[in-house]
Amino acid sequence: MIRFLARRLLTAIGLLLVLSFMMYALLSIAMDPLDDLRISTALNKQDLINSRIRALHLDWPWYRRYASWVIHVLQGDFGMAWRTQQHVNDILPGAVKTSVQLVFAATVLALLIGVTVGVISALRQYTTFDYAITFVSFVLYSLPVFWVAVLLKQFLAIGVNDYLVKPHIMWPLAIVLALVSALFWAGALGGETRRKLITFAVAFVASLAALLVVMGTNWINEPQFGPLGIAVIGIAAALGVTALFAGMHNRRALYAALTTAVVGVGSYLGLRWFFFLYSVNDGILFVLLLIAIGVGLLIGFLWGGPDRGVSMRGGALVALVMSVAVWLDQLMWNYPDYFKALGGRPIPTMGTSTPNFTGDYWLTSLDRITHLVLPTIALVMISFAGYVRYERGAMLEVLGQDYIRTARSKGLPERVVIVRHALRNALMPLASIVPPDFIAMIGGAVLTETIFGWRGMGRMFIEGLRGSEVDPVMIYVMITGGLAMVANLLADLLYALLDPRIRVNA
Amino acid sequence: MTNNPNLDDLENQRAQGGLGAGTVSETSAIDESHGRGEGVGEAQEVQGLSQGTIVFRRFVRHSGALFGMVTITAIALLSLITMGIGPIHGLWWEQDPQNPHTPENGSAPTLHMPKWLGGEGFAIGKFPFGQDTIGRDNFANVMLGIQTSLTVMIVLSIVVLLIGTTVGALSGYYRGRIDNVLMRLTDLVITLPVIVLGAVLGRLITVLPTKWGWSDSTKGLLDRWMPVELAIALGLILWTGLARLVRSEFLSLREREFVDSARVAGASDFRIITKHILPNTMGVIIVNVSLLMAASVVLETALSFLGFGISYPAVSLGQLISQNQTAFDTRPWLFWWPGLFIVLIALSVNFIGDGLRDAFDPRTKKVPSKRQMDRQSNRTLKSQASQKGASK
Repeated sequence: MIRFLARRLLTAIGLLLVLSFMMYALLSIAMDPLDDLRISTALNKQDLINSRIRALHLDWPWYRRYASWVIHVLQGDFGMAWRTQQHVNDILPGAVKTSVQLVFAATVLALLIGVTVGVISALRQYTTFDYAITFVSFVLYSLPVFWVAVLLKQFLAIGVNDYLVKPHIMWPLAIVLALVSALFWAGALGGETRRKLITFAVAFVASLAALLVVMGTNWINEPQFGPLGIAVIGIAAALGVTALFAGMHNRRALYAALTTAVVGVGSYLGLRWFFFLYSVNDGILFVLLLIAIGVGLLIGFLWGGPDRGVSMRGGALVALVMSVAVWLDQLMWNYPDYFKALGGRPIPTMGTSTPNFTGDYWLTSLDRITHLVLPTIALVMISFAGYVRYERGAMLEVLGQDYIRTARSKGLPERVVIVRHALRNALMPLASIVPPDFIAMIGGAVLTETIFGWRGMGRMFIEGLRGSEVDPVMIYVMITGGLAMVANLLADLLYALLDPRIRVNA
Repeated sequence: MTNNPNLDDLENQRAQGGLGAGTVSETSAIDESHGRGEGVGEAQEVQGLSQGTIVFRRFVRHSGALFGMVTITAIALLSLITMGIGPIHGLWWEQDPQNPHTPENGSAPTLHMPKWLGGEGFAIGKFPFGQDTIGRDNFANVMLGIQTSLTVMIVLSIVVLLIGTTVGALSGYYRGRIDNVLMRLTDLVITLPVIVLGAVLGRLITVLPTKWGWSDSTKGLLDRWMPVELAIALGLILWTGLARLVRSEFLSLREREFVDSARVAGASDFRIITKHILPNTMGVIIVNVSLLMAASVVLETALSFLGFGISYPAVSLGQLISQNQTAFDTRPWLFWWPGLFIVLIALSVNFIGDGLRDAFDPRTKKVPSKRQMDRQSNRTLKSQASQKGASK
């Protein structure tokens, strides 16, 4: 294992060196730092050209410049974006943080939604639902991200902001959304025609009611779950998690999940005071999350029984859902203040945060999240389609295997066959597809960052390339290349961990 | 995936009912007794047909692929007939989209929907897609942009086909050191996101002529061939995926008996690669290149949008969008039409690719609808009943 790691790391470093050499050569051809001076009409044009040549060492051959660049980088000096006279070392940390934030959020969301929809689509193969999902994913796959991003800015953001000025019930929108949701649920849950019709009716009424409450009352401007909402979410999570991962007949697991939900509601009331009295930050919240998951595990453990692991997992999952719900609720409580502070237009279309905006943890988090909304939607829409197609294929492949037939024929309930036997194996190939996809997403972020005015790495790259600044572009290349190699290594390792048939040392 | 669709199909066929004209009825009898939906009518369908015909029939059956074919042909024809190609002039009145004109209809599109679509009677008018801020004809621009996209798509796929297949075939067939070197090269190219390398190469194409002070006539020539240059540059990046796939196909095919027998018969390496192995990888190659074509349309427009792809005097759909995105509030049509055509082209090619994949994949079966399955099972039951009656 260690030998394998060492060999791979060495190859990666070698590859990175070759990559930097070739990219530097390519860039020194592709860049023309003198382009603006060539067409300049200044009287001292020749002097200007000469001084720039001297400043950028353009009189050296490119390999000499490359050598000096390598030496500087090895000493930790990443050079300078010479047009603005900014040190790359100063821009880089902020840019990396911005980009990673964006890409990470988008990847996680796309993965969650895409995999779920893909699995359902595979389970309902050759139904209208499956065809509809396939069609939608094809359309999304063909959308150019820059076009979507501009559309989102022009329609979604401005539309929502205009709507929020004076919220009212929009009947056509509400009915269309409720219809879409009802069709989705009826198709996803499937079954006989009668059951489908019932699902359709229930989903339609429920969605319409929810939308009417959101639009009709003042909820949209003063959103909150409240204790009741948290309790409903907790119980729904407990039932859902148990139904999926343990089965309703497993009473201990059910009670463990429900106990966790009750404890969650209780601690919600305490946490409201805690958040009111003390200011928090990401670190404290993360510790709280860990404590919550620990409590969930403990509850599962205490219910005990022969199958402790299942109860513990259920408890932990419910605790996770509850924590996120409580966090969201607290953000919602702060939303009216944020709304007021931004003058009633809370969905921004540019930048990573509102300039000169200060506030406690909750307000700045809200600010960060509202800025993330549009770029994340744009990125998710595109890569979501890929995951749906991929996971649908993987799931179908697994469902066709002999061991699935064996599992069914020995009388296992369908839930166990799908969740334990099929799903786990269908998720495995993701380990090798997600890391490279993350890299592709970083590439996609180049466009999104440009359109939404994010000061991320993609923007740094684009501006560097446009302005013929070698140093920022080279650092971008090095970081992306390095990340790609780490990602590929991670994919291999993960796969070897998950699939015992693959041996790393071989 | 099994690596050889033709052989598998033939084997299936043999297993299900034997070959030869005399066994047709027998085959259908066996097939009927298969039960509900399990390969209904599959065997007769491929009986005695060549691989090409089977693939073609399956492709035509794929409604999405058919829609893609029709749409892409219609778009290509529209753009060719209106704007012509190269020295041949098209039929549209405005052949130079860079000319400004006096605004008509307030620069808004003069294209009107027919009455049954809720419009005011069908009319094309002088500027069906409207005019931009300085009065240029948007229709002519969009049509030229479509030609650029299609050119890039075709040239790029040829480049990818050449490089990807060669590299994949060589490293898969010879393995050893050649494989090592070629695969490290592939790793190197794959490391960076395509759009990053594409931007650098696109920038290279635009910068080089002025930087090295080439003559104006050369510059003019290069400008005119800009889409082709960009396509070649992008092809130099995108071949890696195909190369890996072809390599893995070669690695498994080279161990098969038919390769051994060819070698024993004295065939040269070149002949084995081109005549024996390559035809068996055609399915994988065709499917992947077609999916790559769809991606390349979006990639080219994205690069042109960023300003690292097609630039003046050539026209690209992405470049049109980037020029006009600030005018979105006042002239949305400048934004809608190019975007619509990008989506249509990419979607059609994606559908064609999907259709090809299904057509080449021996595992895809035509899934009969519930009614067809019921009818089939009724017929089976009836024939079983009548057989019972006869045996009594």
